[in-house]
Amino acid sequence: MPRLMGVDIPGRKRVEYALRYIHGIGPKRANNVVDKCKVDPAKKADDLTPEEIRQIVAFIQDNYRVEGDLRREVSQNIRRLISIGSYRGLRHKRGLPVRGQRTQTNARTRKGSKRTVGAVRNKSARSAMKAKGK
Amino acid sequence: MSRSIKKGPYVQQSLLEKVEKMNASGRKQPIKTWSRRSMILPDFVGHTFAIHNGKQHMPIFITENMVGHRLGEFAPTRNFRSHGLHTDKAVAK
Repeated sequence: MPRLMGVDIPGRKRVEYALRYIHGIGPKRANNVVDKCKVDPAKKADDLTPEEIRQIVAFIQDNYRVEGDLRREVSQNIRRLISIGSYRGLRHKRGLPVRGQRTQTNARTRKGSKRTVGAVRNKSARSAMKAKGK
Repeated sequence: MSRSIKKGPYVQQSLLEKVEKMNASGRKQPIKTWSRRSMILPDFVGHTFAIHNGKQHMPIFITENMVGHRLGEFAPTRNFRSHGLHTDKAVAK
């Protein structure tokens, strides 16, 4: 199991697929890396020579932001949106969809699994519950 | 699709004139505006805009980070007042 970019251990797969286990590298970038480093994409990741691994790592480091750096960048961008008080920041803070999707139904990816929001009709019961809640 | 770069950022003409006038005179006071679609330019930094949210004008102080966003992004048009309370039955589930 070769080790690339710190923690990633792509397994017994073809190089072009194994590289996609790195956060920040998808089909396009994987193909690009294989292409630029002149590695046979059909080769299994285990069969990579140390020289090839060094080449791939160097290429990725020079050209792409991956793993920790990428995650940090993304979360920084979100933090910026929140700190300037924009609508998108607000949606991130509330855990709701950011890009104008409907929320009456669906949006379960952002909202998480269903929670029942109870409706207490009786006015006195309502105020009693409010008191208990606090 | 995003706006063509060729056209440059959109800002309502009257708003732009107001900001320029204030920058020239050095005076600063809130600019009342309904133009939520205007983009925030570097010139706007340090000014306060009273942005209409459909009901009232929200005073928003423009900082450097906000450049490139639209004015409307900072004056929410909806006000969520919370749902009803959780019943004991629902909590038990």
